[in-house]
Amino acid sequence: MLDEIDRAIINQFQGGFPLSHSPFAEVGAKFGLDEAQVIERIKAMRDEASITRFGPLFNADAMGGAFCLCAMAVPSERFDETVALVNAHREVAHNYQRAHALNMWFVLATEKPERIAELCAEIEAQTGLRVFAFPKTREFFVEFRVRA
Amino acid sequence: MKPLVSQPDPLDLALIRSTQGGLPLEPHPYAAVAERIGTTEADVIARLERMMESGVVRRIGLVPNHYRLGLTANGMTVWDVEDSEAERLGSWVGALDFVSHCYLRPRSLPEWPYNLFAMAHGASREEVQLKAQRIGDLLGSACRGSDILFSTRILKKTGLRLGE
Repeated sequence: MLDEIDRAIINQFQGGFPLSHSPFAEVGAKFGLDEAQVIERIKAMRDEASITRFGPLFNADAMGGAFCLCAMAVPSERFDETVALVNAHREVAHNYQRAHALNMWFVLATEKPERIAELCAEIEAQTGLRVFAFPKTREFFVEFRVRA
Repeated sequence: MKPLVSQPDPLDLALIRSTQGGLPLEPHPYAAVAERIGTTEADVIARLERMMESGVVRRIGLVPNHYRLGLTANGMTVWDVEDSEAERLGSWVGALDFVSHCYLRPRSLPEWPYNLFAMAHGASREEVQLKAQRIGDLLGSACRGSDILFSTRILKKTGLRLGE
């Protein structure tokens, strides 16, 4: 389980991990921990899967790539086969089943922006189902914080 | 969204490839990365700084696992907000502490009337519904309709990765 210091570390890092020679020591100083203790805590959180990533968080659109949220209305008797067809594409980064007529929601992440429309067309051809594309037109970016 | 920057150069790409799985958990992580890709620590730091300024890197940080933090319910709350108000209201919704992602997206009429998407997390569906109500209060009369789409199953979850 996470203790208060773990939670504080998570919040602190979400604000930005230092770009310096000894960043763990720098973060630790804020909590009265030494470098080794901070590294130990992050390792433990990673090993117990309390954190899913630690490091630079890359923005696909800024690298010349693109993200696009897509949705499909998949008949229940065809759900599993459709999941397999969609997930087989390397560019499908996340895929969630959701309780709605549009019951499959996935994110395409491509290195080239024009690949998004091509992929949607490929998936439509493979599944015979329409792909609704919802590219973001504006992002309100905020940090997610856990209660300290 | 318009691209924020120029293309990364080959060393930037090497840096991205070597850190997209995470930073090494050692006292001097940037020095360790520098050694792997054949440059100096100062160069790695400078490149990451540049990538943060240009938006290629959003930030260097931790991504918590909402499920492990006890936030096992997540609802994609969606709203049909008057276009003229969407920018202003979206920035308010995005600033709420329980909202992890907030976007404007095109509608797809008639099937999909919603243009504002906000991902809300909570310990239960009831908690997410209460939080959605708070968003609804904030939007007021500019909102013509809404829904909450709860996830029922994770079908795939991998981050963005460049090909190796």
